Formats: sequence, C-alpha cells, structure tokens
Amino acid sequence: MARTLVAFLSGLLFGLGLVVSRMIDPAKVLAFLDLAGRWDASLAFVMAGAVLFAGGGFRLARGRAAPFLDDRFRSPECHAIDRPLVMGALLFGVGWGLAGFCPGPALTALSLGRIEPLVFVSAMLAGMAAHRGLDALAAARARRCCDASRRFEQASGG
Amino acid sequence: MAWENFTPLSASLGGALIGLAAALLWLANGRIAGISGIVGGMRAAAKGDRAWRVAFVIGMLAAPGLSALLTGSLPRVTIDASLPTLAIAGLLVGFGTRLGSGCTSGHGVCGLARLSRRSLAATLAFMTAGIATVFVVRHLAGV
Repeated sequence: MARTLVAFLSGLLFGLGLVVSRMIDPAKVLAFLDLAGRWDASLAFVMAGAVLFAGGGFRLARGRAAPFLDDRFRSPECHAIDRPLVMGALLFGVGWGLAGFCPGPALTALSLGRIEPLVFVSAMLAGMAAHRGLDALAAARARRCCDASRRFEQASGG
Repeated sequence: MAWENFTPLSASLGGALIGLAAALLWLANGRIAGISGIVGGMRAAAKGDRAWRVAFVIGMLAAPGLSALLTGSLPRVTIDASLPTLAIAGLLVGFGTRLGSGCTSGHGVCGLARLSRRSLAATLAFMTAGIATVFVVRHLAGV
C-alpha cells in the first residue's frame, strides 16, 4: 500500500514537472529539436534539472542495501550497447520528432481531454503490444546481451 | 535562437520536479521512473508488480488537473501534427522505446543520472534521430 502511494506521488510530481517545464507542449519540444529553425533551448534546462536531482537521489541510495519500502533495488541488468538499444532509440527519436510527444508528456496530456494525445497514446500502446509479440525473440536477445556483459564484467574484474 | 520563447527558469524548476519524482521512486521503491518501462511492463507484470505502475500513471494523469486548481487554467498545448502522423509517431515511439529499453525518462533522466553508458548511447541516438526528423520535416520537406 505504501509503495502504491509513493508511486502515485512520484507520478504526480513527474506530471507536474512536465506541466511546469511545458514539456507537455509538443510545440515546445519540437522547437527544442529544431536546431536550424527558431531554436528554443529551454528543454536542455529541463534535462539538466532532472538529471541533477535524480542524480542526488541515486547518490543517496548508493550507501543503502535496499530501498525504504522494498527488499531490493531493481536496477537494469543489461549494460551492453547493442543493436536493439540503438535501433530502438533511433525509431523512438523519429516518432518523437514527428509528433513532439514522448511517452510521459503524451500520457499526461491525455487529461487535457483532446483527441490528439488519445490517438498518439493508443498507437503507442499498439506499438508496445507489437513489440511484446516479438517478446520471445527479444528475451533471447536480452539473455545473450546480459550473458555477454556479465562475461565482460567477470573478465575485467568488475 | 528564439529568445522570446526561452524559459530557463520554469524549465529548470519543472526539471527539478521530474528529478525529485525519479529520486523518490528509486529511494522508496527501488524502481526506475522510466515511463515506457512502467507502461509497457504493465500487461506482463506479475500480480504484486502491477498496482504501483497503475498508481504512477494515475498520478501523472492527475497532474494537469492539480496544476489547473493551483493556477486557474489547464496547460496550453499546440499540436500541429495531423492525426495520421500522430498515429505513425505513436507506433514508432511505442515499438522503439520497448526495443531500446527506455525513453526520455528512463534513459535520458534516470540513465544519465546513474552515469550509464548504455543510456548515454540511447539518449544520443534518440536526440539525433529527433533533431534529424524535425530538420527533414520542417526544412527539407517544407511542411
């Protein structure tokens, strides 16, 4: 119950951050990506602020064996920079540049009651489902990738 | 540079809130605040693993309403993309973030904050693709 409440608060803070920074506005996001046009650097400050404060949190957690409300930290297990990572990020970037929406702002914008975020989020869920369809393949890839990075860490004494 | 649209203060403040949200979720629950992971993992999540994901999304959905209560108006957004473009973009974002294990929040905020080389590579890749796409659409295709 406490974990669920904290997750709600975290989502609320996250959404407020998107509203206050105006990252919820696709026009603002596209103006940031438009280096050759009327460039708006604001979103670099969103990233900087977010990374700084999140970094503080991760630093605080470093001395702890477990989070306050659970038995362990669930950190991403895969460390390799592989083809799915880069291909996925490139595809995502193209979609981001077409619409000006990434997942967080699009979800938050659903509450504005407009049709555009609804169309985007529905298609996004369909895209995620399509990927889940290839899940067996992806899982096998992830295992290989993690095996490889584990071998690398053992070899390098990490 | 369009100085009249430049809003570094509200951007930094909003960014700080996003960072605090990520710090809170990590310190208390030991979870990465990556939106595509939270949403994409919802369907396949085990029973005890689903409630926090749903709660996080409800929190996000509540944010514009809370902001309207505090400021008196809903945030203004300008969406120029057509509905078919939004549908294609959504598909790409959904598929791409799952294939690449993250989006702007998971890789761009949490990953960079954890000094992950993998997330730095992903962030460089999606920023480059986003910038290139906007360049093609706005300055080459002339839309």
